[in-house]
Amino acid sequence: MSKRQLELEVMRYDPEQDEVPRFQTYSVPCENDWAILDALNYVKENIDTTLSYRWSCHMMVCGSCGMMVNGEPSLTCKTFIRDLPDKVRIEPLAHFPIERDLVVVLDDPVEKLYRSKLYIIRKDDPPPPDTEYKQSRAALHKFKQYTMCINCMCCYAACPQYGLDPEFIGPAVLALAHRYNLDSRDQGKSDRLDILADHEGVWNCSFVGACSEVCPKSVDPAAAIQQMKVEGALEWWKQKLPGGKS
Amino acid sequence: MSRRPYVRPVSKTTWYMRNGRYRRYMLREVTSILVAVYCFLAIAALAALADGSPERWNAFLASQQNGAMLVFHAVALLYFLVYMTFDWFKLAPKAMPLQLGEHPVSPGVIVAAHYVAWIIVTLVVFWLAGVF
Repeated sequence: MSKRQLELEVMRYDPEQDEVPRFQTYSVPCENDWAILDALNYVKENIDTTLSYRWSCHMMVCGSCGMMVNGEPSLTCKTFIRDLPDKVRIEPLAHFPIERDLVVVLDDPVEKLYRSKLYIIRKDDPPPPDTEYKQSRAALHKFKQYTMCINCMCCYAACPQYGLDPEFIGPAVLALAHRYNLDSRDQGKSDRLDILADHEGVWNCSFVGACSEVCPKSVDPAAAIQQMKVEGALEWWKQKLPGGKS
Repeated sequence: MSRRPYVRPVSKTTWYMRNGRYRRYMLREVTSILVAVYCFLAIAALAALADGSPERWNAFLASQQNGAMLVFHAVALLYFLVYMTFDWFKLAPKAMPLQLGEHPVSPGVIVAAHYVAWIIVTLVVFWLAGVF
C-alpha cells in the first residue's frame, strides 16, 4: 500500500493555557485508504498524545467524530484522504463552544433534543401487553429517512442561522420532531407545536439548505423544516376561516 | 482542571462570505430587492393608468424606454427568471414531497411539473394579453 505525506493543520485549544485557539501542523505518513480519523489516530498514537478529539465506532454509526475538514462539516471516519489535497485543516465543529482541541460542547443541542419530545406520545390508554401498534410500509416510508440521523451535529455546524442565533432549535432536532409528527403511531404533534412553531422553531430557518448538503447520512433536515412550515401555515389559515378552530 | 469553553465569534455582517453555499443563498435572497422595485414600478404604472390622462400614461411609458431602464429590466428579468425561479423550483420537492403507495415520487418529476405549469401559465398570460 502506497504512503502519502499529509500536512495536518489542527486547531488546538487548551483552556488552561490558551486565551484563543491556535493551529498546530503535523506531518502524517498516511496510507492511501485512510480516513481523516485514521490520520488523527496516528498523530495521537505516534506524535502528540495531548491531542483531544472524540470518536468511537469508525463506521458512520456513532456520530461522535464530526469536525470541520477544510471548512466543511464532516464525519472524519468517512472523509478519505484520497479525496483531499496534501494540506488539510481540521477544526472543531463550527458554531459550538470549544471544550478542548477538537472537542466541542454539545449541551445546547442535547437540551433541545430533550425539550422537543422526540418520542412516540400516545393519548389513548396503553394497549394490552400482547398487542402492538401496527404500521404499514407506506406509513413507515413517510418518515424513515429521518430515523437515519445519528446526531453528529454536522448540520448545526453548516447552518449559518444557528451560528447567528443559537436560540434556533436547529436542523437535526427539527428533522427528528418531523419524524415523530409523521409517525402514524404518534399522537403528540400538538404537544410539540409550542416548541416547533415558535420563533425559535421552524420559522427561524431561512432555507439555506446547507444542513441537508452536509448530512453524512443523507437525511434532509431542510425538507423536514419546509414541510413543517407549509403545514403550520395551512393550520394557521384553517383557524382564520369561518368556523375554524381557534 | 477547569472548564473554560471558547466561543468562536460569528460575524453578523460577513458570515455569508465564508463559503460558496452561503453566497449562492444570498444571491437568491437578494432577488427580493428586485421584487420590491418591481412592486413600486407596478404601483407607478397603475397610478398612471388610474389618472386617466393619456399624457400621464405615455410619460410613464417614456420613463421606461431609456437605456438605463432597458438594461435594468433585462438584468432583473434574467436574474429573476434564470436564478430565482430555477433555484426555487429545484427546492420545491423538499417542501412538497409526494408519495405514491410505498414509493416517493422522484424530485425530478416534481420539478418538471413546476416547469410545465410555468409554461402553461405563461401561455395563458400571453393569450390574455392578446399576443395570439
